This record gives sequence, structure tokens and C-alpha cells, in this order.
Amino acid sequence: MHEWALAEAVISAVSQIAEKEGIREVTEVKVKVGELQQVEIDILEYALSQLKTEKFEKTKFSIEKAEARLKCRVCGHEWIFNKEKLDEKTAEAIHFIPEIVHTYVHCPKCDSPDFEVLEGRGVWLESIKGVK
Amino acid sequence: MVDPRISVVNERLKNIENIVAVSSGKGGVGKSLVASTLALTLAKKGCKTGLFDLDFTSPSTHLILGVQEMQPKEEKGIIPPEVYGLKYMSIVYYSGNQVTPLRGADVSNALIELLAITRWEKLDFLVVDMPPGIGDATLDLLRLVKNVKFLVITTPSRLAFETVRKLVSLLRGLEIPIVGIVENMKMDDSKFIQTQVKNLGLPFLGEIPFDNKIEDAIGNVDKLLETVFAKKVESIAAKL
Ligand SMILES: Nc1ncnc2c1ncn2[C@@H]1O[C@H](COP(=O)(O)OP(=O)(O)OP(=O)(O)O)[C@@H](O)[C@H]1O
Ligand SMILES: [Mg+2]
Ligand SMILES: [Zn+2]
Repeated sequence: MHEWALAEAVISAVSQIAEKEGIREVTEVKVKVGELQQVEIDILEYALSQLKTEKFEKTKFSIEKAEARLKCRVCGHEWIFNKEKLDEKTAEAIHFIPEIVHTYVHCPKCDSPDFEVLEGRGVWLESIKGVK
Repeated sequence: MVDPRISVVNERLKNIENIVAVSSGKGGVGKSLVASTLALTLAKKGCKTGLFDLDFTSPSTHLILGVQEMQPKEEKGIIPPEVYGLKYMSIVYYSGNQVTPLRGADVSNALIELLAITRWEKLDFLVVDMPPGIGDATLDLLRLVKNVKFLVITTPSRLAFETVRKLVSLLRGLEIPIVGIVENMKMDDSKFIQTQVKNLGLPFLGEIPFDNKIEDAIGNVDKLLETVFAKKVESIAAKL
């Protein structure tokens, strides 16, 4: 379950920010999860609930999905990443290292592997609220 | 927007005594071969050792070691499998030895991802095989990893050494420890590099001759450890 590793990263990053900003109690954390990485939100949520420290007792974690938008650097075509088209092993490789997408996915228009992930790569902290 | 991964990188590496990046300003000087052989040698001496291939677009250490197809275990992250006594991590577990064309930002992202999710156990040494030059992987390692040291490889060529001089200057500016410099592929007994290294005030860790038996030993660890190359690396390992 490598979602645990990502959840740990979220808790650790929020703790660091809270520390820096003098937040005693974190009330809300908004996390964005890009569809490219295909993170299992249930597992992420569960891991976050298990990893909570004191500061997080009253925290509401809101996890939102973001579509993975890809844009070809050669022909300019934009498209949405769709894991349904991939076999299980490939999808899993991209789950661990999203950049592996360049090994298996090509631009549907011109077949180039030289595309950009505009949005929706992995796990991001969108915002944090708390009581000082 | 904050990237949460950065904050766990040093937590993931905290059980590692020595992180040694095998690096050079130049390509093709023997970084991968030295890194692999060095890691095997340290493990053979009884040190708990890991090998981390950070050359994502042209990984080579799996070929040098002859790693068969395998997958890391998933356990609240990923656990590097053991290969010939080494905890071994490479992107090839996921790219399957197929082409992985990556731009700089992608290299950086993949590197941060692996640093954030790989759970290394307690290690005496983590040997890191770096891609050539002073690019994203080097800059990210310098930016994110506390306690990294550099082992710098050159050849007898002035062209190689001039790039090494630049790398050394960068590392010194950032106060990053340099373990020393190794002169690889030596074909005569010129003392040029050795003198230059001494002038820089850095340890000259030794010379490795051009070894034409090496190609035969690629992919065969037992054979590799029998080579003149490996014997030289052994004496370098003793100085770490
Ligand atoms: N001492 C040596 N004697 C003979 N061949 C060598 C020696 N050192 C390295 N080589 C060979 O030179 C080539 C380059 O070595 P290697 O791949 O380790 O270099 P590198 O610095 O990692 O290259 P890159 O910059 O592409 O990552 C390989 O074919 C390797 O087997
Ligand atoms: Mg190499
Ligand atoms: Zn295209």
C-alpha cells in the first residue's frame, strides 16, 4: 500500500507548515489527488486517519480528484489520461512512478512520447486551515 | 499548492549512515560500473549496502548486476529487493527496460517520488549511481538529501577532468563533502590527473586501469568481482 507513504508525506508536510505558522490545531486539510497516479482515495483516507497526531484530532481531510490533462509538445494536442486503456501491470507502474507514463503512453494524434502533464499528476496539498 | 513528498525525503533516508553519490561532469567515464562494483564490494566486506540507480533515462546497473525480472514489495511504501546482497532500487522495476524519455521536470518528479516512497532499512552505505553531468538529478540530490557525499570519477582525459573541476567547484560552493576522485580507464602511467587532484586539495582515491576483460563480466557478478577492475575498486572501498 504505497498510499501510506504518501499519507505520511501529507501529515509530515502539514505538521511542518503548522509548526511554521504557529497553528495549534489543524481544522481542515484539502488534498488534491491527480488521476495519473491512480491513488486509492479510501486507502489514503484511512492511512491519514491512522497517522493523525494530536494536532490533527479535529482535522477534516477533504480529498479531491483532479483529471490528468496531458498535452503533446510536438503537435499541441490535449487529452485526458484514461487508465482503462492500460493493462494492469502498466497502470501499476504509473501508480508508483507517474513519469513512467512516458514509457507506455503516446500522443493519440501524432504518437509522440514527448508530452507534458499539465495537471493531475500526484498528491498535492491545496490548503490548510487551523487555530493558532 | 505544496508538494508533500519533499518533507519525508530525509525521514526515509535517516537510517543510512553514508550516502555516496558516484558522479562526474562527464558521461561514459565508468560511474555505473564503479558504483555497482563498489556496492558489491562493500556488501562483501559485511557492510549493509544499498544501490540506487538514479539514471532514469539510461539505467545501467541492472545490466551490470544481471538483475532478473523482479518487483519490489509494497509495504506502506516500496521495499527495495535484495540482489546479490544489495538492497537494490532502479526505475527498471517499473519501466521494464523499455525507453523512458523524460524531460528535466519529469526526472525531478520521478526522483522525488522514489525518494519519498522507498523505505530503505538500516544501511551502512547507500551507493547512488548518478546520470552524467550536472543536471536535475544532481541538483535535486543536493537540494533534498542531507548528508550526501560525492565520489567523483574522471578518466585520464583533460576533457573529462575539466568537467570534474566544474562539478567540484559546485560541490565546494555548497559545502558538500567530496570523498575523493577516482581516475578510471587508465592506459599509461601519466601522473597528470593525480597532480591536478592534489592541487585541488582533494583525496586521490586511486587509478583503475582500462580492463578489457570487463565486457565479458557484465551481467555476471561473480566474474565481475574477479576482474582487475574489481580489485582496484576494492582498494578504493577500503578508503571510504
Ligand atoms: N576500467 C575500465 N576498463 C574497461 N572498460 C571500462 C572501464 N570502466 C568502464 N568501462 C566501460 O565503459 C563503458 C562506460 O561505463 P559506464 O556505463 O559505467 O559509464 P558511466 O559513466 O556510468 O556512463 P553514463 O555517463 O552514460 O552513465 C561501459 O561499457 C563500461 O563497461
Ligand atoms: Mg551510468
Ligand atoms: Zn502529438
